[in-house]
Amino acid sequence: MTPVQIIFLLCAALILASALMVVTTRNLIHAALWLVAALFGVAMLYAILDAGFLAVVQVVVYIGAIAILFIFAVMLTRREMRDRGPQLRKDWWLAALLSLLVFAGLAFLLVTQPGVNRSAAVMPEGLDTLGKLGAALVSPDAYVLPFEVASVLLLAALIGAVYVAASKK
Amino acid sequence: MSIPLSWYLILSAALFSIGLFGVLARKNAIAILLGVELMLNAVNVNLVAFWRYLDPAKMAGQVFAIIVFAVAAAEVAVGLALIISVYRRRKTVIADEIDLMKW
Repeated sequence: MTPVQIIFLLCAALILASALMVVTTRNLIHAALWLVAALFGVAMLYAILDAGFLAVVQVVVYIGAIAILFIFAVMLTRREMRDRGPQLRKDWWLAALLSLLVFAGLAFLLVTQPGVNRSAAVMPEGLDTLGKLGAALVSPDAYVLPFEVASVLLLAALIGAVYVAASKK
Repeated sequence: MSIPLSWYLILSAALFSIGLFGVLARKNAIAILLGVELMLNAVNVNLVAFWRYLDPAKMAGQVFAIIVFAVAAAEVAVGLALIISVYRRRKTVIADEIDLMKW
């Protein structure tokens, strides 16, 4: 056990425990707060993986915007749902069985792949990943088209969201 | 970096399965969207782990993860707007009761 492995295992325990609370807790505000904990654990994983920029984006976009949006939506729709009966469907055990099967299948596929236990590639000396990422996002030889399409999608989704959610009185 | 790649992949498979359970078993439409968020995060962990473990000099994995961020933000904005709109008309956020288009 090296220190980084112990940190990884702590992160993994935090992520999985918070994710389980997200899908099982009764109070939706608590579920959204547990989602924040799980997202924070994923941000720590990005930091372990040398993707510092993604860790920051995870905290700013996911925790700062998406999770807060969830909390607002819960507050706007809360009156009806407050502790009215169980939060899980009656056939939740079927869903649990299916999820377990998916996990078992994925894990079986993964451990039978060759090279799955490889260790990380060596970082080239002095590799500026942030600079390369920025260049890749705007370079015509790389990913400028998907990047622009994603921004148009985001704009369309936001305008659509405002239109759908606005009250038409 | 002495963590085998398989640890990340198993972790993200587990996170994906938990999200899938949330999507399938929850009644509340907002809770279903929370499960979708968990699944998208599992995908992102995979993408970044493959970027780091296979070829850090190529940025494809990180670029793809950023596009997943943008798509997740769009999905949450539209999904929550729809839920709020449905709640305003039908006074419910339970997915089973939103069955106007169910034959």
